[in-house]
Amino acid sequence: MAAILDVQGLKTSFTTPEGPVRAVNDVSFAIHAGETLGIVGESGSGKSQIFMSIMGLLAKNGRAEGSVKFKGKEILNIPVPELNKIRGVKMSMIFQDPMTSLNPYLSVKRQMTEVLETHRGMSQDAALAAAIEMLEVVQIPEAKRRVHMYPHEFSGGMRQRVMIAMALLCEPELLIADEPTTALDVTVQAQILDLLGKLKRETGMAIALITHDLGVIAGLADRVMVMYAGAVAERADAGPLFKTPQHPYTQGLLRSMPRLDEARAERLQTIGGQPPNLQRLPEGCTFRDRCVYAFDRCAVERPPLRPVSPDRAKACHLEAL
Amino acid sequence: MAVTNLTIDGAPEVQGRSLWADARNRFFRNKAAVTSLIVFTIIVVACFVAPFLGLRAPDYINWNLSSWSAPDLQTGYLLGTDGNSRDLFVRTLYGGQISLLVGFTATLVSLVIGVVWGASAGFLGGKVDGFMMRIVDILYSIPFIFFVIMLTVVFGRNIVLIYVAIGAVSWLDMARIVRGQTISIRRKEFIEAAEASGVSKWRIITRHIIPNTLGPVVVYVTLTVPNVILTESFISFLGMGTQEPGSSWGQLVSDAAVVMEIAPWAIIGTGAFLAITLLCLNFIGDGMRDAFDPKDR
Amino acid sequence: MLNYFFRRLGGAIPTLFIIIAGTFFMMRLAPGGPFARERVVPPEVEANLMKAYHLDEPLWQQFVRYLSGLVQGDFGPSFKYKDFTVADLIFGGFPVSLQLGGIAIVLALVIGITLGIWAALRQNSWVDYATMSVSMVGIAVPNFVIAPVLTLVLGLQLSLLPVGGWGKPGNYVLPIIALCLPQIAAIARLTRASMIEVLSSNFVRTARAKGLRESITITRHAIRAAILPVISYLGPAIANIITGSVVVEQIFSIPGIGRYFVQGSLNRDYTLVMGVTVFYGGLIILCNLIADLLYGILDPKVRYD
Repeated sequence: MAAILDVQGLKTSFTTPEGPVRAVNDVSFAIHAGETLGIVGESGSGKSQIFMSIMGLLAKNGRAEGSVKFKGKEILNIPVPELNKIRGVKMSMIFQDPMTSLNPYLSVKRQMTEVLETHRGMSQDAALAAAIEMLEVVQIPEAKRRVHMYPHEFSGGMRQRVMIAMALLCEPELLIADEPTTALDVTVQAQILDLLGKLKRETGMAIALITHDLGVIAGLADRVMVMYAGAVAERADAGPLFKTPQHPYTQGLLRSMPRLDEARAERLQTIGGQPPNLQRLPEGCTFRDRCVYAFDRCAVERPPLRPVSPDRAKACHLEAL
Repeated sequence: MAVTNLTIDGAPEVQGRSLWADARNRFFRNKAAVTSLIVFTIIVVACFVAPFLGLRAPDYINWNLSSWSAPDLQTGYLLGTDGNSRDLFVRTLYGGQISLLVGFTATLVSLVIGVVWGASAGFLGGKVDGFMMRIVDILYSIPFIFFVIMLTVVFGRNIVLIYVAIGAVSWLDMARIVRGQTISIRRKEFIEAAEASGVSKWRIITRHIIPNTLGPVVVYVTLTVPNVILTESFISFLGMGTQEPGSSWGQLVSDAAVVMEIAPWAIIGTGAFLAITLLCLNFIGDGMRDAFDPKDR
Repeated sequence: MLNYFFRRLGGAIPTLFIIIAGTFFMMRLAPGGPFARERVVPPEVEANLMKAYHLDEPLWQQFVRYLSGLVQGDFGPSFKYKDFTVADLIFGGFPVSLQLGGIAIVLALVIGITLGIWAALRQNSWVDYATMSVSMVGIAVPNFVIAPVLTLVLGLQLSLLPVGGWGKPGNYVLPIIALCLPQIAAIARLTRASMIEVLSSNFVRTARAKGLRESITITRHAIRAAILPVISYLGPAIANIITGSVVVEQIFSIPGIGRYFVQGSLNRDYTLVMGVTVFYGGLIILCNLIADLLYGILDPKVRYD
């Protein structure tokens, strides 16, 4: 399978008055055609910033280095007009909060047709027809009427569907979904995830699904990448990751999820301590302070991401858990 | 599955920074604001310490000098004389007392009215709140300067009246801010949390509500002072404000403007005092606003 | 949309009424009648004068009389300029003030918005700092300090422009600069702040993520959103220009309404002062209404409130 997205050694940092914040520390991974990669991590783990860097959407004080190849072509830090030929067309992104991510002053129609006018040179009428069709694909009722409305006239779940529709207009090969369900109710969450699943099956596009919620990953992801303190902690196929996590952090995450099918435990499991300050990362392993298994080497040498089997990699000095 | 607890005790404590310390740091990093604070302090000190410096009295008429004579460093007439051969520089310093006093007292008046109005509206909520804020909206569209001027036409040029009148027309913004803050504080979860943990209502008000409303109120107070001084100078400039011998900066500028051709230093000197003071106050106010609520500058 | 308009209108009418009533009763409260300034008149003459000006009637009756007069465009007679009615003076001076103020507000909007957008797009560059520093001066320093200084430099020292009067194109320059400078400053700051906030908003991020040309992102998405606070400021901006014109007309001896207001105040010409206040008050309310309508057109959210 060809790699659509190939990231090597991505490093992103933000300059602040108190010093640089290293949000992404030497991250490498690849996404192949048609596969869904789940990227899991806490807030501040760098999971979103990876893709902000790739899409050229970093804040003004952010800088990214490394290599990002889209279908073999380098796209990191290329001039904006070049990047615009890829974003929205071959690679699309949807965001966490659909209310603020849609322009409240423009109609949905306008926000959708402009994508087609820009990238496909379509006329207003043709673009409108295509937009309506896409709204129907994402199951928005009465699409013909609603397309003329404004974002605030839609409910949260419907807004997210609109965003998805907008992202799919040019049939991208990769859809980046940054916490698409975090701001939604649980029942609506399920609907959106179902929709993504359906779209994935029907279009065969690759998806990068960013979330902090392991439950979201479980249904959709083929492979999973666990992020901690700006670096990859573990990377594996979804099934094996859930069954036998190889990194203490992954194990902690899985254990901290309350389950209905287990015997009642006394307390909620937590991972003690706090994520490290990205401005002052410790020497050695970044997870050391919170890791039950830590030993001497962990304090001195930062474990690199090393493959433990053909489909699996982890950044930990332990041989096995 | 064995239930192994993965927690670690004794993780290092993170040192918190209070909101005020944060704001203070941000303020002092703002060079314009700090410079303005220094300059403003110098001006205020100069104006109020003037009577004790053994300078010429502001109403001392020097019959040997013509009116509007040029500045003379040797005799110490830094801005020359005014229309009645009095020391213009000293008069400007004394005038500063009036302008600055108006600034602070009128701001105090608007603060009191605004806080009471806004807090009541925010606290009582519902229809009362709606009604009170409708009044604010309506009053907002009225050109107040006209009314203040009319007040002086009707009641004469009474200095206290001017203070109060200006204060009475400047409270609208304050009321809006205080109301907004009161409402948002009331709703905040930490208030609920405090109540739930049994903290007394009085404690809640003093420990939680007031410190959180103070921030924006302080910012608006700092921004109201120059507006008020501006309003007073405006009225005095037109000849409807302060009266001799207690001339404020507005009046001094007005007198100097008339003789601009023969005594350009007069308008520049008096105007500079007023302009620099207002500029400093605005920079300080801006600095405070950025300190409490930083946006990407 | 119509609903919104009528609601706004509904708010405007009580405001206008308050202005008229407030003005009226304040004037009537004044100690000493309008004739107190002049030479003492014998009681019978004074009684006759009072009758002629309806000052002997009960207050509420005078008020109703005033109101009905207003509706017909009659602001009453001027107490000072005996041959003129207040309406004569106001409508005579209005074209002048309108020119002055009208040009000033248009310039303020065009220059202010352009500068603000430019500064925001070049944030933290020298353009940004320069614009913001100069605009800080424009806001803080009163126009009655700027006007004389400008006059001093451009009019007197360099003899480039006339320093007073009205009629020739040269007369327009200084007063308009003095009048619109503070508003250019305020509008520039407002636009810049708004633009900066919008540029870092989520929907601008989405526009960029969609691969739209940056110029489209800026014009169709950013500016469209950023302009709204400026529209809201339009009402106060016009009010500020009107207030500013009072001083500017005085300084440059321009025969507009503002100058009549000042003269009227100094002469205790009550009807004139009232008339100008009511007129300008009404004008401001009208402008606020128009600004609100404009806002409603641009922001779909308020229309359906």
